[in-house]
Amino acid sequence: MSAIRTGRKPPRVGDNPLFRGLLIGIVLIVGAILVLAPLILIGFQAFSDGWRVYASTLVHPDTRHAILLTVITALIAVPINTIFGIAAAWAITKFDFPGRRFLLVLIEIPFSISPIVAGVAYLFVYGLQGLFGPVLDTYEIKILFALPGIILASMFVTAPFVARELIPLMQAQGRDLEEAATSLGASGWRTFLTVTLPNIKWALLYGVVLCNARVMGEFGAVSVVSGNIRGQTNTLPLHIELLYHDYQAAGAFASASILAILAVITIIAKVALERQGAGRVPRPALVTQVAVASETKP
Amino acid sequence: MNRFLILGTALAALFAAPAFAQSPTTLLNASYDVAREVFAAENEAFIKQHPGVTVDQSHAGTSKQARAIVEGLEADVVTFNQVTDISFLVKQGFVTDDWQQDFANSASPFYSFPSFLVRAGNPKNIKNWDDLARDDVKVVFPNPKTSGNARYTYLAAVAFAKEAFGGDEEKIEAFITKIFDNVPVFDTGGRAATTTFVEREIGDVIVTFEAETRSIAKQYGTDKFESVVPSVSLLAEFPVAIVDKVVDKRGSRDLAKSYLDFLYTEQGQRIAAEFGHRVHNEKISTEFKDEFPEIRLVTVEDVFGGWPKVQEEHFASGAALDKIYGSR
Repeated sequence: MSAIRTGRKPPRVGDNPLFRGLLIGIVLIVGAILVLAPLILIGFQAFSDGWRVYASTLVHPDTRHAILLTVITALIAVPINTIFGIAAAWAITKFDFPGRRFLLVLIEIPFSISPIVAGVAYLFVYGLQGLFGPVLDTYEIKILFALPGIILASMFVTAPFVARELIPLMQAQGRDLEEAATSLGASGWRTFLTVTLPNIKWALLYGVVLCNARVMGEFGAVSVVSGNIRGQTNTLPLHIELLYHDYQAAGAFASASILAILAVITIIAKVALERQGAGRVPRPALVTQVAVASETKP
Repeated sequence: MNRFLILGTALAALFAAPAFAQSPTTLLNASYDVAREVFAAENEAFIKQHPGVTVDQSHAGTSKQARAIVEGLEADVVTFNQVTDISFLVKQGFVTDDWQQDFANSASPFYSFPSFLVRAGNPKNIKNWDDLARDDVKVVFPNPKTSGNARYTYLAAVAFAKEAFGGDEEKIEAFITKIFDNVPVFDTGGRAATTTFVEREIGDVIVTFEAETRSIAKQYGTDKFESVVPSVSLLAEFPVAIVDKVVDKRGSRDLAKSYLDFLYTEQGQRIAAEFGHRVHNEKISTEFKDEFPEIRLVTVEDVFGGWPKVQEEHFASGAALDKIYGSR
């Protein structure tokens, strides 16, 4: 980015005020139609039958359980995928090994295939007619149509989110800092905590936020493996669909508004963390960072 | 992360997660997608009679439900809206093949049929199936290729035409083609068709199950729509069955049987009727006489010789439906 800004100012596309206004106008209008209007409508529809219906939907045990289940799923799936994402990004960017490109492609796969395929694939693996189903059944281990299946499906779909945010950044940063830290005697773990992590934390945070949002909103894959048992395996998105099909539009939109609120909370959490982080630790210059890593060596 | 964990624990305590433990005091009923309300009411009444029992509900399209059961969803009973999906469970060895003898009325505690919902005041004066073939009438129902609901509509129209034209195949085909020509959009499912009719205000009449027409009117305003019952229609059964493989494993057969028996009791039938389903119990039928206009119902067995034959002659690729649908 900064490379473009340096030097004599060449004529740019945005310099024509008419063009600039037009472009900004179009983006704003399309954004309003595509994103803002439907979001506002959710709010209106949720209260279309009044506060009472809205409240009664939310206190209904099935809705409460759907919210709880969605939160539990996120609390388990997101940390695991975060660790996986860091490990994968680290392995791919800091090491050379055969199959590196293959691993890169593997991580991308969940991005490019439809979630419903993921769900059906899990049926083939863990279903009673599938690969491990009969064995699991013998030992009374329930994976499908229970919490483990929902978590597995959510994890599959969101596996790339953290790694995808980290890999380009870690690739651009190269291995120099880590190598310097190591040569100064820092252990691998210390190098990660004091050199790598501070450099990637904003990308990491962003990846976690995206991952969390997607886990909470995932519909297709979860729909296949959930079994749709109300009060047990119905996540919030499935609950919304159920209410909608049941001609309970107000209830469906009320639940949808909860999902939207969860998403907003996620974003606020991200912004708050960013502020806190930025205030407490002024980002150190690269040199001091390496120095710190070596100084604090036990 | 710690903060999240604390938050999670707090939420868990707040919402008081129900027990996941399985014991023979719980039942899982796998049902069709739009049956949430009626079974919520039925279950509440059943649990009152059987304190300490929990009935869990799973709702989805019944083909999906049948598939899920075969893959390990431990449903003790199924309450479906398609006989063919229980046949699938029979084929997979989850339900014994004489299941229709286990409960009265071919194991169908309630029933419905394709019926009409028109705009308030019935401005186009739509009364019967032949009105759907009029030039000035626009009809809404989903694509019979993808929707079970619309297959009933298609078959009901054919059954009407068979009687009206004395079995003249050419006239029947022309009649059905005319009705299809009057459909401005074929949505993939019943819910989408409802949106087309109600929210996009397309069409003069929507054809769907009678119970469904009541739900639509209730949701979108009884002053905006009225239900019209044709002279004849096709019986749509809501079959129930015990999933033998599951109840034998869990030891829940007795509870499963008493649950399905309950649907046939006076109380169970009254609840079904309150939600717009027709019932066989005579006392309850008389009680709801005013709400349910008389209609003559024909069956798939009588008119078409059973589901396998219907499949072959009408729904298989290249069969009757494809000819009509393809000519559009």
